[in-house]
Amino acid sequence: MSAELIALSAKAAADAMASGDLDRTEYFEAYRARAAADELNAFTWVAEEAAGEPVDGELGGVPLAVKDLFCTEGVPSQAGSRILEDYRPPYTATVVEKLAAAGTVLLGKTNQDEFAMGSSNENSAYGPVLNPWDRTRVPGGSSGGSAAAVAAGLAPWALGTDTGGSIRQPAALCGITGLKPTYGTCSRYGMIAFASSLDQAGPFARDVTDTALLYRHMAGKDPRDATSVGHPDEIVLPTAQDLRGVRLGVPENLTGEGVEPGVLAAFEAALEQAKALGATVERVPLPHADFGLSAYYVLAPAECSSNLARFDGVRYGMRAEAADLTSMYTRTRHDGFGPEVKRRIMLGTYALSSGFYDAYYASAQKVRTLIADDFAKAFDRIDFLVTPTSPGVAFGLGALTDDPLAMYLNDYFTVPMSLAGIPAISLPCGLSEGLPVGLQLAGPAFSENRLLDAAHALEGALGFDGSAVLGTNPRGGDGPVGPNDGGLVG
Amino acid sequence: MISRDQVLHVARLARLELTDEETVTMSEELSKVLGHIEKLSELDLTAVAPTSHVVAVDVALRADEPHVSLSQEVALAAAPDVADGGFRVPSPQA
Amino acid sequence: MTPAVEYETVIGLEIHVQLATRTKMFCSCGLGFGEEPNTRTCPVCLALPGALPVINAEAIHFGLMIGLALGCKLNDRSIFDRKQYFYPDSPKGYQISQNEDPLCSGGELGGVRIHRAHLEEDAAKTIHSGGGGGRIQGSAASVVDFNRGGTPLCEIVTEPDITSAEQAGEFLRLLRTTMRRIGVSDVNMEEGSLRCDANISIRPVGQQELGVKTELKNMNSFRFIERGIRAEVARQEGLLRAGEPVVQETLHFDPRTERLTSMRSKEEAHDYRYFPEPDLTPVTITPEMLERARAAMPELPAARQARFADELGLNPDTAKLLAWRTELGDYFEAALAEGDADAVPLANWTTNELVQRLGADVDPAGSNVRPAALAGLVTLVTEKKITAGAGKTVLDKLVAEGGDPTAIVETENLAAMGGAEELAPVVAAALEAQPDVAARIRGGDMKPIGAIIGAVMKETKGRADGKEVTRLVREQLGL
Ligand SMILES: [Mg+2]
Ligand SMILES: [Zn+2]
Repeated sequence: MSAELIALSAKAAADAMASGDLDRTEYFEAYRARAAADELNAFTWVAEEAAGEPVDGELGGVPLAVKDLFCTEGVPSQAGSRILEDYRPPYTATVVEKLAAAGTVLLGKTNQDEFAMGSSNENSAYGPVLNPWDRTRVPGGSSGGSAAAVAAGLAPWALGTDTGGSIRQPAALCGITGLKPTYGTCSRYGMIAFASSLDQAGPFARDVTDTALLYRHMAGKDPRDATSVGHPDEIVLPTAQDLRGVRLGVPENLTGEGVEPGVLAAFEAALEQAKALGATVERVPLPHADFGLSAYYVLAPAECSSNLARFDGVRYGMRAEAADLTSMYTRTRHDGFGPEVKRRIMLGTYALSSGFYDAYYASAQKVRTLIADDFAKAFDRIDFLVTPTSPGVAFGLGALTDDPLAMYLNDYFTVPMSLAGIPAISLPCGLSEGLPVGLQLAGPAFSENRLLDAAHALEGALGFDGSAVLGTNPRGGDGPVGPNDGGLVG
Repeated sequence: MISRDQVLHVARLARLELTDEETVTMSEELSKVLGHIEKLSELDLTAVAPTSHVVAVDVALRADEPHVSLSQEVALAAAPDVADGGFRVPSPQA
Repeated sequence: MTPAVEYETVIGLEIHVQLATRTKMFCSCGLGFGEEPNTRTCPVCLALPGALPVINAEAIHFGLMIGLALGCKLNDRSIFDRKQYFYPDSPKGYQISQNEDPLCSGGELGGVRIHRAHLEEDAAKTIHSGGGGGRIQGSAASVVDFNRGGTPLCEIVTEPDITSAEQAGEFLRLLRTTMRRIGVSDVNMEEGSLRCDANISIRPVGQQELGVKTELKNMNSFRFIERGIRAEVARQEGLLRAGEPVVQETLHFDPRTERLTSMRSKEEAHDYRYFPEPDLTPVTITPEMLERARAAMPELPAARQARFADELGLNPDTAKLLAWRTELGDYFEAALAEGDADAVPLANWTTNELVQRLGADVDPAGSNVRPAALAGLVTLVTEKKITAGAGKTVLDKLVAEGGDPTAIVETENLAAMGGAEELAPVVAAALEAQPDVAARIRGGDMKPIGAIIGAVMKETKGRADGKEVTRLVREQLGL
């Protein structure tokens, strides 16, 4: 019975609950039990029961997994950090509030890289998340807990955040769909900040329709976030079955260098599918895309060094006892932050410090302008850019932890869109070495409806099957499965 | 590229204590990342305007109308140390 | 021997004005004064994780009014930046302020050029307490109250145009009265809604380059500012004359001991690591916002002073007193409008007799004396219907009970005594009552005439004209 419920899309379940064909408590409990039995370390907190009165609405009764860095009143919101261990905020993030008002029910909080800094989820103070496709591998990051939970059928869908790829890359590595919306369409209020000018909330789901449905209730201008703009259009559920007239562009500098052959093969196969659906594919120049990572690794650390200054042991969170104020600060932050967070705080503080601002921060902001201009020019010629989401498939736990720079290169394809603030979606397009490969589609600002439509058409043609790890596969049984369970890719 | 002294200076600005070992590692790792970031200097950026906000937003101002504040109890609930209705911190000079 | 070097003083001021908005700069908490600690806070002003600032529209409006009052250029586009430093009174680890692109730049007030005026948020209050209690037994600790944290501030920075402690005090008084006039702040130094730091240096007269400056922090009264600056100028001059250098540092002036102590000797040089606040977009000033600020501007004290002096012919001190004390000036103008009194005597009566009776800080609009009554009284005096002395009696009565001056003159029988016929018998009686005084006067010693005048005034309840009494005394004694 449970397997059938888990196999339902969120939309199908919501419709069934609205019509009375599905019992809300039964549906919630099916997911709650699976989340509570989580073996992937995807959750840092799971609800004991559905909180509050059931709300009717388009999403009425659908459980929601929420990345830990969204503040949820009275519920641990630790952002993957020791410094916020058991911190329970007195308020709830706008996006979570909006979704609750549409009927979602809080299922749990998902594990993540500390303060969203990472591409593997190994930077969580609460332990790494395991990839449901292969438990010896990472799920990607920083929203790895959300991605793994959705892929493994521990949640029908989930919230994540994307700063330089933190939704798209784990979605790719876990074989699900993830959307990084246009910057400013979703409120950042109550989202524990990593890099303010880049952070954006977005949905994870197992198909494009659910992705659109969740996003539809997330977007909106928020008076509490001065940088939020909302979406000019109502987000509609995608219907397109083909790509006739759609012009796709592949960046000229995407030569395959640094991209795993299996990833490239899956990507090229997907392009063939797109052409078969009626799309045209051409090469477009993005002359400054190669500078994206450098600019990103100035801007994001600079902003995070500032955003994380509030963690000082005074008003909340961990405090290391010390006799004088400065020692209290320095010890609290030494003990409370993990190595990657410290690295970025140091990098950002350095980049902003006296004498270096122009060489680093100001230059990076200018590169941002050039990259945004590149995209604007490209979108004169094409409708969407298309790239592999990540240069590789899920890598082994511990494989890159000693080489921060190699880890940063994971974000090569996702960072330019973040810098330009434009929307991009990752959807699974095939397997390489038995592991999912993600395809990234990016469009101009506010093109989400068209982007979701294109993704929907492609999704239908690609026919990716994630049921191997969903726990609904008859061979895999009811629970999350791993390489030791029969019939799975290892 | 980034010296031990620079690392310690930046750590002081960031109020981060670093052990000797951490200082050494940090100096190596930061040097490597900064080496990659140096790529920025390949570009001539003199005529380029900086972007600090990617999406043009109309100025978002708030009406000057008071809302209910948190109670003292809630405000202090998560504080590590509390005295006399306030957040207690060690004195700057111990 | 070479002549002793003469030094000149160069002072620039940085003034923080707390804006009298209803809510804080970046959150909707009401501004608090004297409430229980930490009862005016929210996720934003406590810097809870995930909270974001939103700019208070009224603070921008007040900022524009300040810019107009100081003759500044109001910038179409201004940018909030993060000024980063760690201290418990700064919950985010940075203050949101304006650095490169302030709301207002340039300007002038009272002959002192304004460099800039920008908006920012106030720090929280840190109360230093002794040891004991809590968990850190025996060690000194501070307690932080975030009620004040986030209060809107306008920081006004002058050019280094001020050359003396007195000029600094005078400038600050004009600034305070101007801020009060436009209604953007309570500007009360004791309560901290007006705070002033002074950058002070001295240099040999004629030298172009500036000397090393020190910063005198947070002086909380006009008197202390002037005394503090004087003390610091004397200290610097002493150093230079002794051949010792002035060290750039921040100083605190203790008004009780007149001592200057260095505040941050231990602390490393600041590196605020300013960068544009990514949580706020640039502030664009629309024509509507400008229009609203312009429409809200009253006549400013400096302009009013000039008008009182030039158009009404008031002497400079009276004009300044009436212009700088807004409520007094308003009262004076109401009286001028409601009666036929001449401006000069009306102004004198207002600033002298009325203020004396009501007290320096009382708004006469709330007193028993209606503006029309004062105007009527002054007219009676100038038209010699009553004497000045009788006028004061009438004013006493008005202050105590209110009413109409003409009616009081009537019921109290205070009308000036007509002429010689009415007054002559009274003078004669007074001379008769004090024969030895009369004899001395007759002998040519005019000094004791006051005794005669006093007696006449007493008899006539001040209704007599002193000059006329003197004339009659001389006449009656045959002088
Ligand atoms: Mg300031
Ligand atoms: Zn507040």
